Amino acid sequence: MQTNPSTAVGAGTTFHVAQANYYYGSFLAVSNVNLDIPERKITAFIGPSGCGKSTVLRCFNRLNDLIPGAHVEGTIQYRGVDLYDKSVDATELRRRIGMVFQKPNPFPKSIYENIAFGARINGYKGDMDELVERSLRKAALWEEVKDKLKESGLSISGGQQQRLCIARAIAIEPEVLLMDEPCSALDPISTLRVEDLMHELKEQFTIVIVTHNMQQASRVSDMTAFYNAQATEKGGKQGYLVEYAPTQTIFNNPAQQATQDYVSGRFG
Amino acid sequence: MTATDPNAFSQSSSAEQHFSSDLSGRYRLDNIFRIASWVATVTALVVLAFLLIDVLIDGIPRLDWQFITSFPSRSAERAGILAPLVGTIWLLFVTALFAFPIGVGAGIFLEEFAGDNLFARILEVNIGNLAAVPSIIYGLLGLAVFVRVFLPITGGRTVFSAGLTLALLILPVIIVATREALRAVPSSLRQAGMALGATRWQTVREHVLPQAFPGILTGTILALSRAIGETAPLIVIGAQTFVPFVPSFRGTGFSALPIQIFNWVGRPQAEFHVNAAAGIIVLMIVLVAMNATAIYLRNRFQAEKM
Repeated sequence: MQTNPSTAVGAGTTFHVAQANYYYGSFLAVSNVNLDIPERKITAFIGPSGCGKSTVLRCFNRLNDLIPGAHVEGTIQYRGVDLYDKSVDATELRRRIGMVFQKPNPFPKSIYENIAFGARINGYKGDMDELVERSLRKAALWEEVKDKLKESGLSISGGQQQRLCIARAIAIEPEVLLMDEPCSALDPISTLRVEDLMHELKEQFTIVIVTHNMQQASRVSDMTAFYNAQATEKGGKQGYLVEYAPTQTIFNNPAQQATQDYVSGRFG
Repeated sequence: MTATDPNAFSQSSSAEQHFSSDLSGRYRLDNIFRIASWVATVTALVVLAFLLIDVLIDGIPRLDWQFITSFPSRSAERAGILAPLVGTIWLLFVTALFAFPIGVGAGIFLEEFAGDNLFARILEVNIGNLAAVPSIIYGLLGLAVFVRVFLPITGGRTVFSAGLTLALLILPVIIVATREALRAVPSSLRQAGMALGATRWQTVREHVLPQAFPGILTGTILALSRAIGETAPLIVIGAQTFVPFVPSFRGTGFSALPIQIFNWVGRPQAEFHVNAAAGIIVLMIVLVAMNATAIYLRNRFQAEKM
């Protein structure tokens, strides 16, 4: 069912997670996660609310560090380096591992400045105008905004804002793109545009996407991890990884009954 | 009371049995609360308007250029408000100079950097308490620390000492206002910045602070308005009521508008009461000017932040 934790980290593995437990304070939020996320593929995390998909995702760029009391046990390696090792600088890590959030959250500044900010703070030495254009082109947004780069990032539509956030993330040339339900606030047409974009971007980046939309997972991803949640005695929810396999397998021939029930819409 | 007919819809649903369709009781409650809040508003406004009109009637005839440009005098007709007016403007300047950077800095630290630990919580409770300490206590503190201990720096009973004392007085208010303004900035903005590899300070400096700035500014101006109306701490620090020269930053002998007004009101001659009314008008003009500046700055920053 799950990948064997003893498997050596092979070439082409971006993240290696073994026996990982995620805590908020003393509360065990997600338990016993084992997965190897392949390079330049799209890996989808699916599962009901509260199952810990986002928690696992946010550990990959250590954004959970910002939450007081959040910590992890077990192994989480990024290209063979332990993410929570003392020698790893979270700020540098986040330059390499970009993130797109659930709700489009462009900075309340100009479209140009939204892209330039990340490059500037990370000491980008090249031509800024060129970088802005290249990033917006990659995010399939350039044609729509090239005449209003000085306008606010909040003045464009929600779908455009989300693509701006993607452009902003890829402008600093990350190696990985984490996407936390990137289309949940978008209409179907904008969603399709973002999905097309993901297919193009996976040539260059490893993508991990959390989604509530099962069709989306089956459309875009190569690998799928299904998480589930069980109620604890205190009324909280504790997440765990049920099954991790190629997307084809998860949707057509899952090993677990719970996965079968979920992907066919019988619960969740 | 209402012209609507609750039976306008046909009574086809069985829900009629479970829900009351009689709304008059709820509308009555609605009206009671509307009237109660209206009375509260009008009461406050009427009292204020009465005070304002009374002061204006008394003071306007006395308010002329001679009054603004003259020093105190034993005769009410020749007495003016120049020294206290300059003193108040000095105080405003010194207070803002110290209270703004320290208060905003402390607010940023507590909200963005301190995290949620015991130390931060103890600080938070104490700052809340400080905001409620009577101003005379701050005056005594200022007397002991700024006038006595820091005598070589402040020069004793000077505008400098008084300004520092008033800065202490309004520091808690500015800290709380800064924290509130920062808290209103959505955390998604911080996450966006951090996720791009920005440090905490870069995120705060570039994205969070510009969003919070109008709120911080409003809080600061309100705090400063309170500061220039303060009398008790200035009395303890040693503000004087007969200053026949323009006060300087570190020179001994200064006055301030509320002190002068307090002094004139306390005199037996009715002519001085007229002077006090005129002084109150001057104080109010300073206040209105400050608030207008605040509104202007806030609108400018709001226009900038898009």
